[in-house]
Amino acid sequence: MATVRVILPYHIYTHAHCASEVALDLATPVTLAAVLDALEAAYPDLTGLIRDRASGRRRPLIRFYACQDDLSNLTPDAPLPDAVAAGHESLLIVGAIAGG
Amino acid sequence: MSEIRVLVGTRKGAFILSSDAARRDWQVAGPFFGGWEIFHIAGSPANPDRLYASQSSSWFGQVIQRSDDGGASWNPVGNDFAYAGDPGTHLHYDGTARPWEFKRVWHLEPSPTDPDTVYAGVEDAALFRSTDGGASWHELPALREQQGAAWMPGAGGMCLHTILIDPTNPQRMFVAISAAGAFRSDDGGASWRPINRGLKSQYIPDPEAEVGHCVHRIAMHPARPDTLFMQKHWDVMRSDDAGGVWREVSGNLPSDFGFAMAVHAHEPDTVYVVPILSDSEHYPPEGKLRVYRSKNGGNDWDALTDGLPQEHCYVNILRDAMAVDTLPECGVYFGTTGGQVYVSADSGEHWQAIVRDLPAVLSVSVQTLD
Repeated sequence: MATVRVILPYHIYTHAHCASEVALDLATPVTLAAVLDALEAAYPDLTGLIRDRASGRRRPLIRFYACQDDLSNLTPDAPLPDAVAAGHESLLIVGAIAGG
Repeated sequence: MSEIRVLVGTRKGAFILSSDAARRDWQVAGPFFGGWEIFHIAGSPANPDRLYASQSSSWFGQVIQRSDDGGASWNPVGNDFAYAGDPGTHLHYDGTARPWEFKRVWHLEPSPTDPDTVYAGVEDAALFRSTDGGASWHELPALREQQGAAWMPGAGGMCLHTILIDPTNPQRMFVAISAAGAFRSDDGGASWRPINRGLKSQYIPDPEAEVGHCVHRIAMHPARPDTLFMQKHWDVMRSDDAGGVWREVSGNLPSDFGFAMAVHAHEPDTVYVVPILSDSEHYPPEGKLRVYRSKNGGNDWDALTDGLPQEHCYVNILRDAMAVDTLPECGVYFGTTGGQVYVSADSGEHWQAIVRDLPAVLSVSVQTLD
């Protein structure tokens, strides 16, 4: 098992009534899809707000960052960096700076 | 003692404005869902404490909120708007075919009789219904069978923005879509027909096409549901046979372009519009904010200006941003893209601003509470 720390954007954590950083317990290997599955399981009201319900695709103005890298275009089933899986680094879910 | 509750959706949150029947002193609550676009809030006629709100964001998508205590508290309900089957394609602005894709809910229309039944008009244009208080949504797909592959978005998107339910016959419904036109169902949404005969739109290849018209709003008086008024992209129209045929009633309006429209609560022939200069400018003619009222069903219009700015006013009034209450002296309300919400407590003779500095107003609906 791994404990992954996820930092959420303002409108997501206020909508879910949770802290801006949440910890999620996951089986390894830790992938983006697994993190989002766990996040939506813990906070069902977030379903559809970060990724499309039907296709599972990241919403266009959502970005995923970790370890100073942009992971937004990672295949959802690709492993996240070891530092994220080990809980040393957080996964950042970010609303893209767009639209004023 | 009656009370009034005005439900205001804006670009950056929802607000609830409350007053007693005098409609002079107002309490302002909000913002609710600050920072989110609130396209529409509507109350159930069958249970006025049941409110539904469409909360939307370009970043985070669609949320539907429900309140069971008149807006004091809210909870998210279902946001899964899946088209029935393979929705196919519609036309894009450039004439290419684009897959149907859900973007947002523009309008929520609660059932007149059942608080748990509510209709949602969405972009890309389709009609959904929930019968469990918004927990789940199901499309009424026969609407898109009315030449949906040929529908094209208006400048604001391909939105289903108007839903009218005939209070004397709940099986009869009217919807309007930019830019597909108006449609009617006589069987509760199981089948539909275009009702656009008599419309003439110079901006489409066939100005009298069966579908493709950019209808901005339809309004109906509940006591006379066969009479419909329409604010089209250009032209103010009227039908007296439930949309069978339309005739123009723009008459002496300074411009027949506009968005918002409402019918007086007690006078089925008294109708209100807010002329906008043109589709290129989107502000009132001469910088004067004027509501126009016809008391005889169109053609003869009088400007209502007392209390409204008559110089340097360049706001717009969007299609869902005008409503009336049902007090004995009918109140008329509208919101502007400049953040003002105006009320007239005397059918339009005199106006006052309830609030002046909200975010751009997307929608205004009114509850008259006994």
